[in-house]
Amino acid sequence: MAMTGPTARHFTVLSCGVSVRSMLRYLLHRVISLGLGLVAASVLIFAVVTLVPGDPASFMLGTGAQPETVAALRQQMGLDQPWPLRYLTWVGALLQGDFGQSLTYKTPVAGMIRDRMQVSLPLALMALVLAAAVAFPVGLFAASRRGRAGDVAVMGGTQLGIALPNFWFAMLLVLIFAVKLRWLPAGGFAGWGDPVAALKSLILPAIALALPQAAILARVLRSALIEQQGQDYIRTARAKGLSAGQTLRRHALRNAMIPVLTIMGMQFSFLLAGAIIIENVFYLPGLGRLIFQAISQRDLIVVQSAVLVLVAAVIAVTFLVDLAYAAIDPRLRQR
Amino acid sequence: MIRVRDLSVTIGDVPILRDIDLDLSPGLITGLVGESGSGKSMTALALMRLLPARARVQGRITLDRTDLTAMPERQMCRIRGRRISMIFQEPMTALNPLMTIGDQVAEVLRIHHDLDRAAALQRARERLDRVGLPAPRFPLTLFPHQLSGGQRQRVAIALAIAERPDLLIADEPTTALDVTTQAPILDLLRDLVRDEGMALLLITHDLAVVAGLADRVVVMKSGRIVEADRTEALFRTQSHPYTRDLFAASRHAPARATPRRDDAPLLSIREARRDYRLPGGGSLTAVDDVTLTIGRGESVGLVGESGCGKSTLTRAILGLDPLQAGQIRLDGQTIRAGHRMPPALRAQMQVVFQDPFDSFNPRWRVARLIAEPFHLTGRPPDWRDRVATVLSQVGLAPADADKYIHEFSGGQRQRIAIARALIIRPRLIVLDEAVSALDVRVRAQVLDLLADLRISHGLSYLFISHDLGVVRGVTDRVLVMEKGRIVEDGPAQQVIDRPDHPATRRLVAAMPRIPQDWTTGSYVPKYPRG
Repeated sequence: MAMTGPTARHFTVLSCGVSVRSMLRYLLHRVISLGLGLVAASVLIFAVVTLVPGDPASFMLGTGAQPETVAALRQQMGLDQPWPLRYLTWVGALLQGDFGQSLTYKTPVAGMIRDRMQVSLPLALMALVLAAAVAFPVGLFAASRRGRAGDVAVMGGTQLGIALPNFWFAMLLVLIFAVKLRWLPAGGFAGWGDPVAALKSLILPAIALALPQAAILARVLRSALIEQQGQDYIRTARAKGLSAGQTLRRHALRNAMIPVLTIMGMQFSFLLAGAIIIENVFYLPGLGRLIFQAISQRDLIVVQSAVLVLVAAVIAVTFLVDLAYAAIDPRLRQR
Repeated sequence: MIRVRDLSVTIGDVPILRDIDLDLSPGLITGLVGESGSGKSMTALALMRLLPARARVQGRITLDRTDLTAMPERQMCRIRGRRISMIFQEPMTALNPLMTIGDQVAEVLRIHHDLDRAAALQRARERLDRVGLPAPRFPLTLFPHQLSGGQRQRVAIALAIAERPDLLIADEPTTALDVTTQAPILDLLRDLVRDEGMALLLITHDLAVVAGLADRVVVMKSGRIVEADRTEALFRTQSHPYTRDLFAASRHAPARATPRRDDAPLLSIREARRDYRLPGGGSLTAVDDVTLTIGRGESVGLVGESGCGKSTLTRAILGLDPLQAGQIRLDGQTIRAGHRMPPALRAQMQVVFQDPFDSFNPRWRVARLIAEPFHLTGRPPDWRDRVATVLSQVGLAPADADKYIHEFSGGQRQRIAIARALIIRPRLIVLDEAVSALDVRVRAQVLDLLADLRISHGLSYLFISHDLGVVRGVTDRVLVMEKGRIVEDGPAQQVIDRPDHPATRRLVAAMPRIPQDWTTGSYVPKYPRG
């Protein structure tokens, strides 16, 4: 076939060597925006905690505090120094793993966050994996039976899953699996010294957390699949001789993954810190409870560090989601 | 051999197809023509058994004495892609964007045979070579977005012919392509039919395409076949009034206005230049040192292959993208490179695009849609009266102002788009493939409307189209663009009948046409008609 000027030019631009280069450029862009995001987040958190009106030290100690105590804390927190220096000191210490001392517990914040993460991170991961494990088959099922009884049932069921308060569902789980059947512990977490016991104590909370997320994810997947099923390439796939189900799984599913991944990224971030109610129901020493306690105890040092860790986690997840987009969609690799 | 007998399809209570009889024999090309909604595509989908779920089918479709209409779906999946396959109109969206072209072709082979991936890819390679996408320039690892429209249509053809089917259905396979891409694709289809002994059902609204390719032609109207014959015989006799209507409309040229030549030009562009940075470095000069004029009341055609810079030039003329060098002079005022066009000047020009539906907000009533350009000039107190006036001018009723856009047909929507362009009384209307998506009879009406409006409103047109036949019929002067430059500029009929520049000659040569003597003189059929 004769290739004319513009087409030929177009084609050389897209030859393979360039596509590797543009993939690397895409990666570099994502890494730079990851770094910039972290810096911006640290500045913002620092600004909110230390630059807003009122003095952090007197805020932390409450209205009844002695002036000498406040002055001592101010000095300990370095509040007598100019703010750019304070920011750099704070970030410098963070980079060395020094998150400061908790005012309430008088222990290093880094250790506290690390301990809580050992609960929250596996819990969030388990909940997300569970949610996905339920949502994918359910979403595929509903999309393949669009408008029919199966679809209507799934839509009704997921609506219920979103509407049910998860603490109520959590208590139901406890009643059935802990109190009645005695398969799993009703609450508490004894650490990872005994991995089986640790996993067992996370199962019920993970299920409780996963239910609404699975319902949301299934609905997102269903609508993304239905949107894809209207596309021309699905018709091509049917004309090739694929059955409706094969078309859905082999062609529509991958194309529907972009919105699904976006939602999963958001869900993970939410599960990491938003599990506080479930943590309370199951007496789990998670990150959500730590932040809640720190706020009520006005322990700004803990709040500040924990929030930064969470923001960093969100940024890191966004980065991973971006990489997943590029893995799925070749067009993104070539931007 | 595929035989269709008494095929009728209804969806709900609406009859879609009625009593269709069709024989599709190996090695023969059958052209299926008719307007949108006539049932062409539904016939194809019925053959594929891919009709909407609510459709009810009666009659028989037999492939080697097996009735396909009664076949269980599981077995039908073994027929699709292997015995009967299909390519569609829109190559840009017909392929899975996330799969390599090699895997997409190989998938057909793997569904129907117990092949491993490597063996399937090897055969996919052969099929891609066959459709004109040879290694090493087109490796199997390419993704659809790395190919042009014509190349993607070749991939679609490769996967449709991968299994050497008995019947290939091509539904408007070249409608979305420009003429110079269309011609080699049509040649490829013809060669495939000859070499592989397939039957080809070619669905198109373009009579000239059928004339050049089909052995037999079937004309459909409102779900029925109104006429079927050998191509030449059908073209010469045109025994059904509807066929005659279609033929007349397809070569309709509206009355011409004579442009005033004495005045200074309405629009003049001098040494215009526009570069784009390409992804991955480098730059593309989309508009390269273009100088042109459009006179008052003049209709100027702009033609060229896709990617030649037509769209970029148009965007610059409309003030949507500033130029990087050169100047635009409109109605005595000059806009220099890099400057924004002031709204008052912008209001002198309006544009009508190809797809009437996509250029309207579906949640607005027609009155608001038509009044939209007033944001350039300020909305006058009598705007509702003016909406009513332009609606009547384009042949619609003033009461249509309160309707929504989905309540109108394609031709009516294009009339609304023209009304929207007229409302602020512009001097120049850019018609960007404005009649390309319309059926021939509707197209003829819209072209007449445009011709009338040009006289009554003293309008100038910049008429962008890939259809040289239409351009020849409706414009006074034609500009031919190639690689960002205007390479030929002259009276429309002269440029198209006696092209000078190689680019123009290529465009004209690629233009499908009905042989001159087929439609003149009488024809005595050599064979009994059936």
